[in-house]
Amino acid sequence: MSNEQNLVVEGKLSDNERIKRESKLLRGTITEDLSDDITGGFTSDNFQLIRFHGMYQQDDRDIRAERQKQKLEPLHNVMLRARLPGGVITPQQWLVIDKFAKEHTMYGSIRLTTRQTFQFHGVLKPHIKSMHQTLNKTGIDSIATAGDVNRNVLCTSNPIESDVHQQAWQWAAKISEHLLPKTNAYAEVWLDGEKVDSTQEDEPILGTNYLPRKFKTTVVIPPLNDVDVHANDLNFVAIAENGELIGFNVLVGGGLAMTHGDKSTYPRKADDFGFIPLDKTLDVAAAVVSTQRDWGNRVNRKNAKTKYTLERVGVDTFKKEVEKRAGVVFEETRAYEFTERGDRFGWVKGIDDKHHLTLFIENGRILDTEASPIKTGMREIAKIHQGDFRLTANQNLIIAGVPEDQKSAIQDLAEQYGLIHPTVSKQRLDSMACVSLPTCPLAMAEAERYLPDAVTEIEQMLAKYGLPDESIIYRVTGCPNGCGRAMLAEIGLVGKGPNKYNLHIGGNRNGTRIPRMFRENISDVEIMQTLDELIKKWSEERQEGEAFGDYVVRANIVAPVINSAEDFYDASVS
Amino acid sequence: MSADSKFPLSGVLDTAQLNKLTQAISGLSQQQLIWASGYLAGLAQSSDLQAVSCAPEATSNSGPITILYGSQTGNAKHLAVDYSKTLNDAGLTSNVISMLDYKPRKIKDESSLVVFVSTHGEGDAPDDAVELHEFLASKKAPKLANLKYAVVALGDSSYEFFCQTGKDFDERLQKLGGQPLIERLDCDVDYETPVAEWTNKLTEILKASAGAIVTDEIANPQLDPSVSAVEYTKQSPFSATLSEVIKITGRDSIKDIRHVEISLEDSGISYQPGDSLGLWFSNDPSIADKIIASTHNDAGDKVEVTGQQMTLLEALTSKLELTLSYPGFVKAYQAATQDPKLGELLEDRAALRSFLEECQIVDIVQQYPADISPQLLVDALRPITPRLYSIASSQAEVDEEVHLTVAHVAYDAFGFAHQGGASGFLSSRIQSDEQVNVFIEKNDNFRLPSDDDKPIIMVGPGTGIAPFRAFIQERDAREAQGDNWLFFGNPHFTQDFLYQTEWQSYIKSGLLTKATLAFSRDQAEKIYVQDRLLENGKEVFAWLERGAHFYVCGDATKMAKDVESALLTIIKEHGNKSDADAKAYLVALRKAKRYQKDVY
Repeated sequence: MSNEQNLVVEGKLSDNERIKRESKLLRGTITEDLSDDITGGFTSDNFQLIRFHGMYQQDDRDIRAERQKQKLEPLHNVMLRARLPGGVITPQQWLVIDKFAKEHTMYGSIRLTTRQTFQFHGVLKPHIKSMHQTLNKTGIDSIATAGDVNRNVLCTSNPIESDVHQQAWQWAAKISEHLLPKTNAYAEVWLDGEKVDSTQEDEPILGTNYLPRKFKTTVVIPPLNDVDVHANDLNFVAIAENGELIGFNVLVGGGLAMTHGDKSTYPRKADDFGFIPLDKTLDVAAAVVSTQRDWGNRVNRKNAKTKYTLERVGVDTFKKEVEKRAGVVFEETRAYEFTERGDRFGWVKGIDDKHHLTLFIENGRILDTEASPIKTGMREIAKIHQGDFRLTANQNLIIAGVPEDQKSAIQDLAEQYGLIHPTVSKQRLDSMACVSLPTCPLAMAEAERYLPDAVTEIEQMLAKYGLPDESIIYRVTGCPNGCGRAMLAEIGLVGKGPNKYNLHIGGNRNGTRIPRMFRENISDVEIMQTLDELIKKWSEERQEGEAFGDYVVRANIVAPVINSAEDFYDASVS
Repeated sequence: MSADSKFPLSGVLDTAQLNKLTQAISGLSQQQLIWASGYLAGLAQSSDLQAVSCAPEATSNSGPITILYGSQTGNAKHLAVDYSKTLNDAGLTSNVISMLDYKPRKIKDESSLVVFVSTHGEGDAPDDAVELHEFLASKKAPKLANLKYAVVALGDSSYEFFCQTGKDFDERLQKLGGQPLIERLDCDVDYETPVAEWTNKLTEILKASAGAIVTDEIANPQLDPSVSAVEYTKQSPFSATLSEVIKITGRDSIKDIRHVEISLEDSGISYQPGDSLGLWFSNDPSIADKIIASTHNDAGDKVEVTGQQMTLLEALTSKLELTLSYPGFVKAYQAATQDPKLGELLEDRAALRSFLEECQIVDIVQQYPADISPQLLVDALRPITPRLYSIASSQAEVDEEVHLTVAHVAYDAFGFAHQGGASGFLSSRIQSDEQVNVFIEKNDNFRLPSDDDKPIIMVGPGTGIAPFRAFIQERDAREAQGDNWLFFGNPHFTQDFLYQTEWQSYIKSGLLTKATLAFSRDQAEKIYVQDRLLENGKEVFAWLERGAHFYVCGDATKMAKDVESALLTIIKEHGNKSDADAKAYLVALRKAKRYQKDVY
């Protein structure tokens, strides 16, 4: 396998490769499009290029047909995804984004994502530049939060281990900076920065054609696996001794995306390359990225992610190349254990004696409703809060670093504005969906809008079968690209078409087993009937403390996915 | 039917010509003859005939009678052309000419003058009358001691400055020494009967005044270019089929604008870009019911309207105007009901005006309910009149269809839903495949340049976009090479960009050279088309200098004035001209028919 010939896939490059190559390092003709006021959208290549600047062109899909009849173009707008390594944002920054969302977005909301950042949805073209300038002034950008680059770097939101978290978070920020595109395009296009000749610029890590596909990185602090390491290309597992971070185990090649009907695609867990000391962190990060840059498949985008590169060249070959490029030898992996993924709601006290309040934000949607004016509540808290906010990988929010004497004031505001829900069930806390319809252009079925009612049904089933205090990790994703991380759930639904889903079961609670498809292409009614039967059986046959996902595997209702490259589609292989 | 039995042609054509013509048209059906008359009219027009001389030469002692018209929608023009024919039928000699084509100084040579002129917006003169109107009030105006004249003023009594331009002509001609032949006639929208009576009287006076030796020659058949090749008119409209009504503003728009498609199949109707469609409608029966209830009458009460017997409900729904209010109704209603409060209102013009602006007929009657006999109620109301809409299609593109862009007037007031007359009819009272009575209203004052290489600038905010959709369809079909520049505005880009996808494809194909947009409410400060014109002043002037035709369509009261003032500023600034020279430049544009307006 070490034959150089076999490391690169030959063939006609995908069209995205042309777009990147001709983009003048991500500039394209975006500026021309911005001044074209006859359309709210971007023209073909720029439609792709704005992703590298953290935006997706979207439209309200619910009214697309109606508008076509009205001789109006789709209601084009952009979604912006901020770059917020580790999900940390200050109260001052919060006030700025709160104001922008209210004044210049169609929906008026701030959306917290499963990748620890916030998104604005529904920004019209005339407001795009001012949006970037507003964010820039408060120290936030959206560089490389989408597109074929290393995206926002996640970091476990563990408020208790305050010191380790602080160190780990700093590494997340450093990795993010180190792997950013170096082109001046963002500043030029959005911030009216000085024009630079792109032929005089270089991209030493990403390369001037950028990566073959998106690339996701995390820093995780066991025993929490809130960031879902197996959904990511590159993971740094924090290893601490006596409260001091000493290095990382490096996990490479996770990823959940697949394509319906294409068996060369599958979700895959990451491989453990071994331990590295702290001072090698950036070199290893750059080496993994550059190896994937050079060896990743640029012919077929569906097989372009790191996980497929590992399968094609072999894990050892890839690892040796990383060692060569980074000038390291991976040490034996250090022991760690993941025990859970969810956030710990309510107040906890950190070892620094500061208090931290974790709030449940359904679907990550910060928007005022009559019953719960939570957006106003967050604004009021931001006005007095002295610490920071941390967005979690479960779309929730932590008011972190509250001194003792502020605790009651924050608690009062959170209660007053409906940010604390004494009645939220454990099941609801363990449920997740991607945004999907109506805004996501990739969506095939409902996800976020369907989730609240579906969770209610599952709650009723649990109560009916005498398990009111149990929960199942339940995730819905509107298409097989995997934003909702359904492929690491105990019950995962993957959208196929309007009200049609593939039902997967058998993942585990800590996110280290991929669920297997149990029923294909079924409706919401069929899903609930199926789940009702399964939960009934589980309630009758479960062993002490046995989770739903473990039960369905033990009871041979599904075979576990062990090596997804071989057995994801064929249970008999394992 | 032989041609000469009905239309003796001697005196116009020589015998040989007459024989040829008679031969050529023998055996033609009535429809074919009508077509041929339109064809010949077209020929006459293209040979640049500006005045239609209707009799071979003067036969009376005095000079020929000059009939001038100033017309925005074509009504005054029709009346003038018809009257010229009447005079010629009576053996008098008349020339009918548009004020636009008339040299103002020539007025000192006139002895007999008949003026037909309409009034627009806030008492404004129609475009073609502006120059003469101003000239007569200026220091340059000559003494007119030998002039005898008569004025027909057309207007709409729902406006404050009713018939103002006609009044101005009357006053100014008299001040310059002219003698009125007959008292001025001020007409409301139902002008047909009063005009017929008045012109009969005037004809007798002119005969007497001329002491004419009336020849027994009768004029040639009317070769008026404005007559449509097919005979559907306001009085005898075509019963067309409504194909489709689509709301083309987005669901969150503050406006409700409808795209209307009507089938003209088998009518043989033809129209040109720039023309309007006249559309008859009926009123909402539920509104008629409310009026009947408030006046304590019954729907089945018998009434007479223009000599016809019918029920009160029928009269109110299909014969009488109920949506536009006007002082005449308040006057007649008050006279019949003796309501003291309405009496007071009639004394205060300003209060009356603002009251009428907010009220439809039903609102007046509901606020001042009273016993009034069904016949008096009917007599107090004026006849329903068709609404005119600028046509939004070219037949080169849509063939036997006609498209309109209609603002649907709908609002709540006085506790119930109100709608516009015709827009409510189209939007909610008839369905696809039902019939609607229509006719073409020609507008020769709003035409594409005959030279396809000439650039055009189109300013059409709101529903003012309509004729420009027709223009661009026509330019597309003709493969016209001239540049096309559209200025469009409305409140919001996402909701109110009328025909957005069509303009996008015209931009893409290169037919539409530029589209400059003004969405007034998408930013803190309001931006309108006139602001965009000023921003692009240098280029606008460059286009004018290379022969561009400049068109404005839409709101008359504010937009068209602001656009004109922007245009003057541009000419001044970028042409380095004084105020007077800029004005002269604009006048020259108008005279060359390169500055045309279709405003309402």
